[in-house]
Amino acid sequence: MTKKEIFINATFKDNAIWRQILGICSALAVTNLMLNSLIMGLGVIFTLAMAGMTISFIRAWTPRSVRMMVQVLIIAAYVIIVDIFLKANMPVISKQLGPYVGLIITNCILMGRAEAFASQNKVMDSLVDGIGSGIGYTMVLLLISFIRELFGFGSIFGFRIMGDWWTAWSIMVMAPSAFFILAMLIWIINTYYYKVKA
Amino acid sequence: MEISAFVLFWAAIFTGNILLTYFLGMCSYLSISKEIESAFGLGIAVAFVLIVTSALNWLVYYYILFPFGIVYLQYIVFIIVIAAFVQFLELVIERYTPALYYSLGIFLPLITVNCAILGVGLFMIIRKYSFIQTLAFSAGSGIGWLLAILMLAGIRRKLKEKMVPAGLRGAGISLIITGIMALGFIGFSGIVQIQ
Repeated sequence: MTKKEIFINATFKDNAIWRQILGICSALAVTNLMLNSLIMGLGVIFTLAMAGMTISFIRAWTPRSVRMMVQVLIIAAYVIIVDIFLKANMPVISKQLGPYVGLIITNCILMGRAEAFASQNKVMDSLVDGIGSGIGYTMVLLLISFIRELFGFGSIFGFRIMGDWWTAWSIMVMAPSAFFILAMLIWIINTYYYKVKA
Repeated sequence: MEISAFVLFWAAIFTGNILLTYFLGMCSYLSISKEIESAFGLGIAVAFVLIVTSALNWLVYYYILFPFGIVYLQYIVFIIVIAAFVQFLELVIERYTPALYYSLGIFLPLITVNCAILGVGLFMIIRKYSFIQTLAFSAGSGIGWLLAILMLAGIRRKLKEKMVPAGLRGAGISLIITGIMALGFIGFSGIVQIQ
């Protein structure tokens, strides 16, 4: 597989959220504001790329029996970097994201890509795969948060675009809407992209 | 911040359900909810691990990490405690109750990477709970998670013979059911409130 094919596969064909149904927790939890989704997405891209590279680099020396533990620890190390960076540079967003930054460690996408790709492939390929999966994930997050922020607050990236006549739909800020929007998205993708037939 | 442990326990089950309000533990929730028996087994295992590891992590955080000023290591330390406890549990169950091991064994490795476990650990630190509060909160969260996965498994069994649009089968319909359940749980808000 060329690097381009790996990237396209990771981003669209095998998209973590709509195809593999991984990483749903944070996809639902941080998507009430677009800015939070973007920061979260960038954090996940960084962790996926760096952890993928590191795991791939040491794959020949990792005993199979302890590889899960090794992978989790490598991922945790990069998540700590992301967390400290956010706390220092964006304290407000860091507070809003709360525990969900730390929860990148147990985000199924990380373990899924480490197990399925990085532990068997070359270093640069794993880097491309990590970035691709991360971008696929961020894309879905931004899409969901666009709908939720637009209807829930009448704004996009914090800029008010709906006039004063707009009544915010508070349901869009609350939990149920996240479930419904993601379900609709999966339905549309399955029907028009994968052409699933009964 | 002094909320009584009793309030915290009920709030964690109903008004602030770990899954329906905070979206934690979704991966295994969606994939292991086809059968009621396996959903129940996983739910019990998660609740048990959740209560014990939260207590252990609380002790580790306030008696080791905090006094030595190395709280930035909390993620790594918490995940090691969780993984080690799950590994230990697996050995004990396999040694003493093989029957339980065969019904529960396949779920145990899944529990380490269940976000609900680490999530409760991080919530208790962020919200500065005391030890008793942590126990109540983690017990409530575990029971709340068990309740949610049992409800989904029950509804999915009824849905098996029903006509569901092809593109919505599996994850899609489960998410819609969960959304409706979350909507129902909003009805509890106002009874007790935590934040």
